[in-house]
Amino acid sequence: MAKVLVVTSGKGGVGKTTSTAALGAALAQMGEKVVVIDFDVGLRNLDLVMGAERRVVFDLINVVQGVAKLSQALIRDKRLDNLWLLPASQTRDKDALTDEGVGRIIADLRTNFDWILCDSPAGIERGATLAMRYADEAVIVTNPEVSSVRDSDRIIGMLDSKTVKAERGERVEKHVLITRYDSTRAARGEMLAIDDILEILATPLLGIIPESQDVLRASNVGSPVTLNNAASAPARAYMDAVRRLMGETVNMVVPVERKGLMNRLLRRRAA
Amino acid sequence: MINLLRLIGGRNASAPVARERLQILLAHERGLRGQPELLGLLRAEILAVVSRHVVLDPEKVVVRMDRGKHVSTLEVDIEVPNGFERSLAAAS
Repeated sequence: MAKVLVVTSGKGGVGKTTSTAALGAALAQMGEKVVVIDFDVGLRNLDLVMGAERRVVFDLINVVQGVAKLSQALIRDKRLDNLWLLPASQTRDKDALTDEGVGRIIADLRTNFDWILCDSPAGIERGATLAMRYADEAVIVTNPEVSSVRDSDRIIGMLDSKTVKAERGERVEKHVLITRYDSTRAARGEMLAIDDILEILATPLLGIIPESQDVLRASNVGSPVTLNNAASAPARAYMDAVRRLMGETVNMVVPVERKGLMNRLLRRRAA
Repeated sequence: MINLLRLIGGRNASAPVARERLQILLAHERGLRGQPELLGLLRAEILAVVSRHVVLDPEKVVVRMDRGKHVSTLEVDIEVPNGFERSLAAAS
């Protein structure tokens, strides 16, 4: 059965788009049929991070308004033939999105894909509420930093009240994905610790993505980090996160770049 | 190991402060969540009850809630037009 997963955060710049691309590609690398949808109407970027910016002809708004068919707007990834992108419009504004239009598209995609990943825009307005509206599961991307944790808390409140599932009295399954994590700084007490963040947000952990040059390098060349350098620390962390999404139990370690004594000692173990 | 590092870098350990500030702030914000709906509901129902007996301008009904540390207050301010005894008489 298809799963609709929203990648959200409230705060901007924490890594939603990077994470959507990486998780989407990682799921596809594991053989799942995946579509990633960019909900950031007017400020699309998922196409750029996935390296498909020159192949966009039709977009989400065109499909909502009936100008194009869904099949015309979907872009197939050049590296993975079971990975697709539905880009956002760059010229329209977010008001062109309608609840029923989005509902129709999601229902359509459910019949064709295993995973539908919705890349939410920052903020708590229309684009963000519609990105989460039909979600079965949510990945809340959070940086170990006070403003990000506060916004994540707000978004968790919205997931529990404004989604179709919540309105039916069901629950959206929520996971926290911590990105830009620096274990050395956390150990020194300069950065919020994982346990503190999880305790405050009262939401289970999906993964810990270490701060890494590889993430920037991957977006520079328009390739999800799990494809661009599968052996890199962030790629391994995203792969582990995806295995957990698929129901596997994977030990929670922060993948590190170097294999020094200090790093091994600083590795974190969790259930 | 982690504790040792915390000891060395004790000066820089701002994370506990961050955690405490967040816990206090979020406890407050979670309390506020859903409150606007509650106030709207209270306002609508109070308006409906009072309107049964007195002619009111709906704009002049203000419901406000203040959360204190130990006690919270619910303030209902209804402005009634001057000739309201007459409208009362007419209603009965």
